[in-house]
Amino acid sequence: MKEINSMDLVLAGRSVNESFARVSVAAFLAQLDPTLQEIAEVKTIVSEAVTNSIVHGYAEKKGSVQIKVRLYENNRVRITIRDKGKGIEDITQAMQPCFTTGGEERAGMGFSIMQSFSDRFRVRSVPGKGTTVIVDKYIGQPTDNGK
Amino acid sequence: MISYTTEEQTLTVAIFGEIDHHTAGDLRREIDRLIRKHLPRTLVLDFGQVDFCDSSGIAVVLGRYKLMSSLGGQVRLCRLSSAVRYIFELADLKKLVQIEE
Repeated sequence: MKEINSMDLVLAGRSVNESFARVSVAAFLAQLDPTLQEIAEVKTIVSEAVTNSIVHGYAEKKGSVQIKVRLYENNRVRITIRDKGKGIEDITQAMQPCFTTGGEERAGMGFSIMQSFSDRFRVRSVPGKGTTVIVDKYIGQPTDNGK
Repeated sequence: MISYTTEEQTLTVAIFGEIDHHTAGDLRREIDRLIRKHLPRTLVLDFGQVDFCDSSGIAVVLGRYKLMSSLGGQVRLCRLSSAVRYIFELADLKKLVQIEE
């Protein structure tokens, strides 16, 4: 899998940066000529992951959120979003639709939405060390053999 | 961020811009203030000028549904983009609120 282009972004885990994070990733992916639907999906994925890091990962101790975007051949994109927050004790439970520890203000739909908008979606988390979300997604028309 | 109109017992709130975790708090407070002031029978949330909405928007709708239900009223959503419609469908919101085509 040949890497064609890359972007790395490190942001303070503050809610005001949620918008900057998703817009930056969407702007970087503009070179793939994505559809409006794909842009909305990517922005939503990034927004959900960054919000999780801020609301849950850094609920007690603040820190930064790292976003890596890699473009590969055939318009394949990998987006990795990592925090060094408190981690998730039970990932299976956290991924259940409508499960949330965030109270009334959160819907518990973040993981379901990220999963639904991704071609491949993985979460790695170590309690006390942090959480990494890895999303693979094809953008636009693959240049050969197709999706 | 929002504008509103009232007609008879309907309060229509048009939401502008982006709905995310950062903006949702103010949005909730402003809409709830309008609901408590006007005590409408129907709350219409107009998403026609929403540029972005993630799962924070689901919680905004759910919370307003709960408040309106406690007051004996209902919630209707209109002018959803296909992306917003899709995430609201994932959350099964149409079981609770009316979503206009």
